[in-house]
Amino acid sequence: MGILQRITRNIDNRYWDPGLIGFPVKNSYTAGVAGQRFFEEIKENGRIFGSKCAGCDLTYVPARIYCERCLSGLEEKDWVDVGDEGTVYAYTEVHQTKSGEAKEKPSLIAAVKIADGLLIHRLGDCLPEAVHIGMPVKAEFKPKNERQGGIEDIKYFKPF
Amino acid sequence: MSEVVKVFGGTALSEKDISSGKIFLTKDSLDCAYAWDTGVAINRYLAELKKGNIIATRCRKCKRIVLPPRLFCELCFIPVNDWVYVHDSGVINTFSICHVHWDASRVKAGEDPHLPAVIEIDGASPGMGIMHLLGEVKPAKIKIGMKVKAVWRPEAERTGSITDIKYFKPI
Amino acid sequence: MRKVAIVGAGMTKFVRRALETPKELSFQATKTTLDSCGLTLDDVDCVAHGTAPDAFDGLHQNGEYMVDGCGGWNKPTMRVYVGGGTGIHAIAHGWHHVASGLFDTCLVVCEEKMSSAMPHAQAFFLTIFDSITERALEPNLLWIFALEMNRYMERYGYSKEDMALVAVNNKLNGLKHPASQFTDQVTVEDVVNSEMMAYPVSRLDVSPVSDGAAAVLLASERVARRLTDKPVWIEGVGWSLDTAYWATRDLYYPRYTDTAARMAYEMAGIREPAKQINIAEPYDPFDYKALHHMEGLQLSPRGKTVELLRDGHFDRDGNLPMCPSGGLLGVGNPIAAAGTMKVCELFWQLRGEADERQVPGNPQLGVAQSWGDLMQVSSVVVVGI
Repeated sequence: MGILQRITRNIDNRYWDPGLIGFPVKNSYTAGVAGQRFFEEIKENGRIFGSKCAGCDLTYVPARIYCERCLSGLEEKDWVDVGDEGTVYAYTEVHQTKSGEAKEKPSLIAAVKIADGLLIHRLGDCLPEAVHIGMPVKAEFKPKNERQGGIEDIKYFKPF
Repeated sequence: MSEVVKVFGGTALSEKDISSGKIFLTKDSLDCAYAWDTGVAINRYLAELKKGNIIATRCRKCKRIVLPPRLFCELCFIPVNDWVYVHDSGVINTFSICHVHWDASRVKAGEDPHLPAVIEIDGASPGMGIMHLLGEVKPAKIKIGMKVKAVWRPEAERTGSITDIKYFKPI
Repeated sequence: MRKVAIVGAGMTKFVRRALETPKELSFQATKTTLDSCGLTLDDVDCVAHGTAPDAFDGLHQNGEYMVDGCGGWNKPTMRVYVGGGTGIHAIAHGWHHVASGLFDTCLVVCEEKMSSAMPHAQAFFLTIFDSITERALEPNLLWIFALEMNRYMERYGYSKEDMALVAVNNKLNGLKHPASQFTDQVTVEDVVNSEMMAYPVSRLDVSPVSDGAAAVLLASERVARRLTDKPVWIEGVGWSLDTAYWATRDLYYPRYTDTAARMAYEMAGIREPAKQINIAEPYDPFDYKALHHMEGLQLSPRGKTVELLRDGHFDRDGNLPMCPSGGLLGVGNPIAAAGTMKVCELFWQLRGEADERQVPGNPQLGVAQSWGDLMQVSSVVVVGI
């Protein structure tokens, strides 16, 4: 077959399936300098921290070690307890799993605004029809002995 | 350098930092699979392998007979549509004796090492090699320049894959 | 094209596993670079950044992910990627931004965090092989290096001891680098007797898996002269990619390096590189690779390189010091960042700021090169003071 001839039916084209060897690789991510401290506060004390750039008057949540606007380093003194409450900045009702199959029960995902930051998380204890943009929400933490130092230490955000 | 660069970032973690659980890690797996369209030229290459033949293409301009076959000559940049059978034998251009698997895990004691090689196929243009494996040979006996021949899977077991050739063995 | 200078350089330590995220590593290298020349982010017009396979960091679109750590917030930012070649490819890329007249300053930042890849970064290389005609053979990344090294050694009659000498020299240089991952000196016997990975490659022939970042700040002539008395000029850049049918070309000679080097030398007006260049930083992920690349860079006659190496020609006080930084073997190999580290080294060397590593005799002209993809690409930069 030459370059100008075409396979017009997909089914005629063969594909090669790796079969025996898939690609079973994994990732293991550190939380970073800021992330380590951010999750330590959640795990040990149930507190959410941001870091504030005084020059740009911005409080990042989750806390970071630098301001993305001016690239100043943000240090210990710039860390602020931003409380465990925020507002729904945007939300969506999810009907499919990540591989595209129908979920048994739809779930609610929200961007929760805390200080100048947005945390993407689940909404819980909340009916889909009740959610609205601007709705005040509060973090529901897992019991302390179940917390592992990750974003899942917050079970979800719920209205209050 | 030391006058202006006084601090180097980068905080080294030790095995102990990790095993003690002091450092938080988030784990994830890609969990994805692919199936690749073989394309026009490789489709025919694989179909011929299934029949026990190695097929190449020849460029009408530079006259190179190339493997794997392709629909265009990357040197002359013109379409190629001239198919020729080449031999299932060749010469070892280079080889390795590899004691690790693809995922970097060690080949265990008693297990044979992998024997990858670049084999210049007879009948193709000089230097035209393919990557494949060597077999039926003691690793210490392998030499660059050695003549080798394909050992095919039995016809019934072939699937139209480069692995329809089990390996190349010295002749 | 306008003249372009390097006016600042910085990097993180190279470590086996960093606590920092890729963004944070990028920030640390970028901030150090800006501080080194007394600038702030306001002085930066654009960002040219680089990172090698997304798969290592485990973040698809890693370039976009790390952008804020590179100082790219709300600025014209562009990422390049040519595997291991990225670290110097990004310099050529940044050079274009300034040489074209479009921008006066450009931050070049390269980062790699390989420790995120499990069980080992090598596993992720499975997908660089041809998906149909090669992957079925379950190749490990080491195969292509082992095949190339074997061919190179066979062609010129070099021994494993010859190659090991490079690892020994580079690791010795690296011990003097404050960002190095290593603390121990090794001997030729250590290298030759280290665990066999893929004949002829033993464990100590190979650079380590590393996390790290490196950056430089480029400026136009007008800005550079205001900022410093010692700008390091980019005299030439070159890059080249050979065919991806890697098994169909003879691996003993890196044609891609030859082509890229000739392009850079022509731009720099260099006719006799082996005589004119004072310092070389060839890419050395494996020991033999440094020698292989020296030949491609026209800095050593083909087949005579081991002789020169044994005569001390490439030592710090030799005629043409090779990898005074320690290179990837001596400092570490966070893929994209490793190439940029070599350019940082030339910057410090030519300004006479390399401390313990300083090459004697006021070197004036240096060349750095990186290599990547399927035995395929080279990027070369020539710098002078």
